[in-house]
Amino acid sequence: MNYFFQYLVYGLQLGSVYALLALGYTMVYGIVGMINFAHGDFLMIGAVGTYFIAKAFEGMRIDGTYPMLIVGLIILIAMTMTGFVATGVEAIAYRPLRNKPRMIALITAVGVSMFLENFPRALPFIGPNPRSFPTLFSTNVLKIFGATVTVTQIIMIVLAVITMSILYYVVNHTKVGSQMRAVSMDKDAASLMGININRVISITFFIGGALAGISGICYASAYPQVDVYMGSWLGNMSFVSAVLGGIGDIRGAMLGGFILGIAQIFATALNSTFGYAVGFIILIIILLVRPAGLMGKLVIEKV
Amino acid sequence: MKHRKLALIGSVILAAAMVTGAFAGEAETLKIGLVCPISGNSAIAGKYITHGVDTAQAELGGKVTAKDGTEYNLEFIYMDNEAQEDKTVNVFQKLIEEEEVIAIVGPDMSKCALAAGPIAQNAGCPVVATFATNTAVTEVGDYIFRACFIDPFQGKMAANYIWGKGYKTTGIMYNNADAYPTGLVDAFKEVYEGLGGEIVAIEEYSGSDIKDYNVQLTKIASAEPEALFLPNLLGELGLQIQQARSAGLTCPIVCGDSADTPEVGEVAGEAVKGVGYVSAFSAESTADAAVAFVEKYTELNPDELPNSNAELAYEATMMVANAIENADEVTREGVRNALASIQDLELPSGKMTMAEDRNPIKGGVVMEYDEEGVSHFVEAVAAD
Repeated sequence: MNYFFQYLVYGLQLGSVYALLALGYTMVYGIVGMINFAHGDFLMIGAVGTYFIAKAFEGMRIDGTYPMLIVGLIILIAMTMTGFVATGVEAIAYRPLRNKPRMIALITAVGVSMFLENFPRALPFIGPNPRSFPTLFSTNVLKIFGATVTVTQIIMIVLAVITMSILYYVVNHTKVGSQMRAVSMDKDAASLMGININRVISITFFIGGALAGISGICYASAYPQVDVYMGSWLGNMSFVSAVLGGIGDIRGAMLGGFILGIAQIFATALNSTFGYAVGFIILIIILLVRPAGLMGKLVIEKV
Repeated sequence: MKHRKLALIGSVILAAAMVTGAFAGEAETLKIGLVCPISGNSAIAGKYITHGVDTAQAELGGKVTAKDGTEYNLEFIYMDNEAQEDKTVNVFQKLIEEEEVIAIVGPDMSKCALAAGPIAQNAGCPVVATFATNTAVTEVGDYIFRACFIDPFQGKMAANYIWGKGYKTTGIMYNNADAYPTGLVDAFKEVYEGLGGEIVAIEEYSGSDIKDYNVQLTKIASAEPEALFLPNLLGELGLQIQQARSAGLTCPIVCGDSADTPEVGEVAGEAVKGVGYVSAFSAESTADAAVAFVEKYTELNPDELPNSNAELAYEATMMVANAIENADEVTREGVRNALASIQDLELPSGKMTMAEDRNPIKGGVVMEYDEEGVSHFVEAVAAD
């Protein structure tokens, strides 16, 4: 059990990426009622975008590292950019299909995902090659309970928890939040009450995209290699996390992300061959016991 | 209506002119296909491979002369397989059926060669795979050759090197979802344990999507091996080397020949210092053929030095050209027979002879990265 804390740190590190990404899945599902399969690729846009933004700020490095202020600025630009990409995707690809059967939006999302992977790949300045991600956060190492913890890992985990708290507050205690909840309950009634549905949904996508952007930065800082395909597999894992926690519930996405991350790491520790399969076994068991996920409420749809 | 008629007559005349042009003493053109990952995860390898074939083309001057004195123009068709099995199969079909190539150079990966090999075998089209080191590749049939040494030889080289350095215990982490790492590990185990070494920890991970190797590496670190063997794919090694160092593994790291690209050092950063790997070729080699090859290559690509991918692609192309020159008749079958009987062909990696099992008998080298991420020649390993 010497390595218990070490593995826990690795699990929290992986889990925080899943959690941040799952928040976006869950918000879009909760409010628009569609599964945005392109969400994982927003993470890639965030990470690859940060690579280029950091390159643009390269001149401001001191001793090979970026000053805190510049790092903050880079993250802010990347988040805004990813947020706008997400809003753009919604406006172009999803909005015209909003009142069509759900299956159509689902297939469109798969198409958008493929487009977001292959379009940057075709651009000559991005291309298919993996790139080394610049060091944004401090690489200092701390010792806690005998486990090696890097500052990057702490930043990631703390960031995930803070972001979830802010999001939870925004959705439950602000005006935009109550508009979101209203749209989520009944689009038509909300519209009759004077809520601008398009605006609310755009904001939802913007927040989801910005979160994906920051999880991209976190992921690429922990595993410093970016390429255009990095989002698809992570997107799947985060989707699983969101379902595990109860899709549509913000706390559930967080919980699901950390459970999946920690479970995968500990399962890998027991047997490295089956590590990642275990995540899915847990999913099946939880869904058998609680079909709506850990935090989800089972809603019976009336036809 | 009139215009259409005119256009029709015009095109008939043009076509006739082209046909007669072909008869008017123009040398016949032989097509050679090149299959490699020009895009996708392994596009870095593809870049070196195309540059290697470019070099061979420049050296041949676009022509070969057959045994009977007929001169042929050579046309190379570069095809992208994105390092994927299904795409390789499609590209092979296209080259063999539509382009009617006389031979195919590539692919570079074992899994792709294994998938597409049967197509070339059934069509009777000779293939010289460049970097497909898995044993099974040439077992597909008598039309499948390769330019590189095979996995057991790489595993053997790595085992001999680690044992020779005096490291008695080794840890291994490998990708169990790919034929390349599994082949290397099997051979390594057999030779290393045969020499008396002990493998103290062996950890697996499943597939290239995984970027988190911390758990496996922490477990290996707790077994305190004297060396670490990472026979994994190019896109994975950079992160592995970096994570191994931060997991507290300070022992020497030895990789397979896939570590032979500067990009590994770029991702791994400072951690790459002292990482060794077995390889087919070193640009620092002092053999005449090697020096000549490096000179020609750098002339065409001023900013880069050839790596094993480039050198093997060059050698595979030269083997095909040599086979066309020595073939009794310039057909796919004739080229196959000539490939099978290549003897003492002077190549940058030394003298090469094609063995009975269509694997070349040739040597290799051990290389090591310095702190700048540049690899240097350590020692040569002769063919056994």
